[in-house]
Amino acid sequence: MGFILAIVTAIFFPGIILRVKSIASGRKGPGILQPWQNILVLLRKGSVFSVTTSYIFRIAPVIYLSAILCALLLLPFPGIPSVFGFEGDFVLFAYLLALGKFLFILGALDTGSSFEGMGANREALYSMLVEPAFFILFGTLALLTGHTSMQQIFESFQFAGHNSFIIGFIAVYLLVQIAMIENSRMPVDDPRTHLELTMIHEVMILEHSGFDLALMHIGTALKFALYGGLIANFLIPVEWPVFMRIALFFGIQAIFSAMIGLMESFRARKKLAKNPQFIVTLSSIAILCFILVLLITFKMIG
Amino acid sequence: MENLAVLLPIILSFFILIVPSRMHYFYTLGVTLFIILITSVPAVNVLFQPAHAAMNFLAGSPLGSITFTLDSLSAFFILVTNFTVLTGLLYSNGYLKSYRETKTPARFALHYFSFSWLHLSMLGVLMLREGTAFLISWELMAVSSFMLILFEAEQRSTLKIAVNYLVQMHVGLVLLIIAFLMAENVTGQFGFDGLKSYFSQRPNTLLFFLFFAGFSIKAGFVPFHTWLPEAHPAAPSHVSGVMSGVMIKMGIYGIVRVLTCVQSDFLTIGLGLLIISSITGIFGVMMAIVQHDLKKLLAYHSIENIGIIGIGLSLGTIGLGFHQPVLIFLGFAGGLLHVLNHSLFKPLLFFSAGSVYKAYHTRNIDQLGGVIHKMPQTTALFLLGALSICGLPPLNGFISEFLIYMGLISGLSAGNVYHAISFLLALVALVLIGGLAIFCFTKATGMVFLGTNRTAPGQEVSEAEPGILVPQYLIAVLIILIGFAPVIFIHPLTTIVSDCFHGVSGEIILSIYPVFMKLGLLSIILILFILGFLLLRKKVLKPANVAYGPTWGCGYTAGTARQQYTATSYATNFAELAKPVLHEKTKYQEIHEEDIFPGKRSFEIHPGDIFRSVLQKVTDYSMLALKKIARLQTGNIQHYILYAFIFILIIFGLLYLKVL
Repeated sequence: MGFILAIVTAIFFPGIILRVKSIASGRKGPGILQPWQNILVLLRKGSVFSVTTSYIFRIAPVIYLSAILCALLLLPFPGIPSVFGFEGDFVLFAYLLALGKFLFILGALDTGSSFEGMGANREALYSMLVEPAFFILFGTLALLTGHTSMQQIFESFQFAGHNSFIIGFIAVYLLVQIAMIENSRMPVDDPRTHLELTMIHEVMILEHSGFDLALMHIGTALKFALYGGLIANFLIPVEWPVFMRIALFFGIQAIFSAMIGLMESFRARKKLAKNPQFIVTLSSIAILCFILVLLITFKMIG
Repeated sequence: MENLAVLLPIILSFFILIVPSRMHYFYTLGVTLFIILITSVPAVNVLFQPAHAAMNFLAGSPLGSITFTLDSLSAFFILVTNFTVLTGLLYSNGYLKSYRETKTPARFALHYFSFSWLHLSMLGVLMLREGTAFLISWELMAVSSFMLILFEAEQRSTLKIAVNYLVQMHVGLVLLIIAFLMAENVTGQFGFDGLKSYFSQRPNTLLFFLFFAGFSIKAGFVPFHTWLPEAHPAAPSHVSGVMSGVMIKMGIYGIVRVLTCVQSDFLTIGLGLLIISSITGIFGVMMAIVQHDLKKLLAYHSIENIGIIGIGLSLGTIGLGFHQPVLIFLGFAGGLLHVLNHSLFKPLLFFSAGSVYKAYHTRNIDQLGGVIHKMPQTTALFLLGALSICGLPPLNGFISEFLIYMGLISGLSAGNVYHAISFLLALVALVLIGGLAIFCFTKATGMVFLGTNRTAPGQEVSEAEPGILVPQYLIAVLIILIGFAPVIFIHPLTTIVSDCFHGVSGEIILSIYPVFMKLGLLSIILILFILGFLLLRKKVLKPANVAYGPTWGCGYTAGTARQQYTATSYATNFAELAKPVLHEKTKYQEIHEEDIFPGKRSFEIHPGDIFRSVLQKVTDYSMLALKKIARLQTGNIQHYILYAFIFILIIFGLLYLKVL
């Protein structure tokens, strides 16, 4: 269920971000579906390959997208038992994304370009630094709710009492920031930058063209929808009727994408050298959240 | 019959020394297969029908008999050992071919003889419980691996490294002897059998950590790891594979064996082990990232994986303290499965790295590059090993790390606040290890195998021969099998854990099964997705629409291969963050403002190991102290008689005072 809904949202996601950014900068901007039309054009186009590249370069986008799709299968939807979820599924969720990233980085290194090496290196460092925040957050939620599958965590989280508001707030904040970093967005990376030396994500797909580039773009759109779906799971009340929940799901995704567009428009980019400190801050916020949960579960006093 | 089963392999192994030189490999293979056959069959039996098989060697002889005991724990380790030794031996034939011209046949004979004895002594370690026999076997293992490292003894550095290894192993041996003696003092039994009654009478922590110190020198826990990153690169690749894959696991076996005897203080022991293991894991992978030598990088990764195994074992121990069967199972099963997994992907990585070394004659990552175009199969095998060592799904490394993750998360709510915090820190450690491993192996795979060759090409390089590839494919099959059908391997692990530790019942295990069924299912879905997209890609992307060109150079067209991102530059931003731990030494001349036409300069960077320098300081000081004491050694016979006189006086004095 979460899988289908997230794929539907992924269709609109990049368009909304682009539109919001255009409006914020005073332009009218392209239609919502424009990014997908670009992708459709790319899918039909031919490709140019560097002679330095090998089969790794060709399979990397395929595995990148497949891993993200597989992670999407694990995305729960509030109130409907998920088919693939199991105890500890968020570990698999994070590791599937890591698998995609591993191949993505190798694909960039396969070109032998020093620009792509630079981007690959940054991507590897940042994702290594951001990973603990995600795990501390879910470990905290598992401690609070006593469950380890995403479906059960989210469901019992909503009944955890008034305390769940503050933790939900921190969790949503963290997820938004993690999504921004994992998708190489604003304070860390700027998708509109024009200088290869400062790029992360854009420089890694320099050599990709045609079908492969389209797969990369689809993967990125899906990744956004994936994190948006996680955030939606925190906020949608289980006891609402199904159509209301679906409507709210779309609403949250739309707000999330609009928020990203606004943040992109009004937020300054950090110095590259300062990025690691910024990313590690997220882990420390997650640790604060953990201590809060320890207080709530009365472990500190006992 | 029983005597024959033990004696025959030993006698047969001596014939390696006298068979003709071209037969060394085949004869050793025959002997090894025979040993594998007679040990694997009972091991499989024990694993599937839990029972303790015991066999008396030289029963009724005047010297006393030696008992070989086989339980599910040793059976598991025996199977792991046999497989890795077999693949290592298969690999050695092709790998050593190029040495045939330069080395004498006697050297080959000695090498294969030592290899066979390394195998025999490891099996001995796994089956002997009586202290003296165990320690003799342990010592034989150290000596035979010492001989194996010395294969390229012409190089002075190899000799130095090997002697360093031998000395450190003996420090470990002394610690083990002390530990066994301590137990004997109380129980009167020298060996593992007496440990249980010792542990039920006296405090557990001290003796456990004494054993731990002895075993961890072999296993490579920080700070006892310093021999490991030196010895592995110095040895030939099949030896490094076997040493890293199974020999260091004998230390883990020893620790688990002692843990099965521990009766109390589980929480103290478990937490201590958890802290040491977390530090080991993180330190190992951090050091691995900054290495320039491919095999040294892999060696530091062995330390990291020992850390992961240690985290698993400590979880199990803490579970024993909490009386939580789920935690006991997840911890020990995760740790033991990681032993198996590491014994698969680490030899695979060493073997494929060895093929690269054999072809390019360098292990320096900064000089390699573009190997994939010459050796596509070796690259694919290395990539498979890299993916599984990073614990990425759907391969085997993920399964064991997943068990440990589950253990950590379920343990979060088990104890008091201190336990919760230490579990969280261990969780962070494990996540960081995973992230850093990805950083390290994207570097290793990307820089060595992808891009273009950084040194001048021109040398004829081709894919490794089938004899070298076949053992690697054998390992690859197992790696994939564990990843896709973990349930098959979880079952024997439940037997081992419930056999060795009390409180684990079959019901908990049943609740784990559906999780692994779903994991397997998702792995298959992932593969289906990949295949589907590849098919679609093939259909959509017609060869007529594909063009080829050089990599985009940002307008600069005369780029050379040396302008590629190097391994050193890939690691720089990490090295900057981790500066306090890494101890990197750089050597270069700065370019001053007045140098209008600066001359040729060089830049050197050497990663140093902080524990190595600490160890160096300790040995330096003790050398100094010993030198001071050496003043007593005057060479004057009168002085020596005086010493004896003083000694006798002291004895008399002590007797008079009734101290003695």
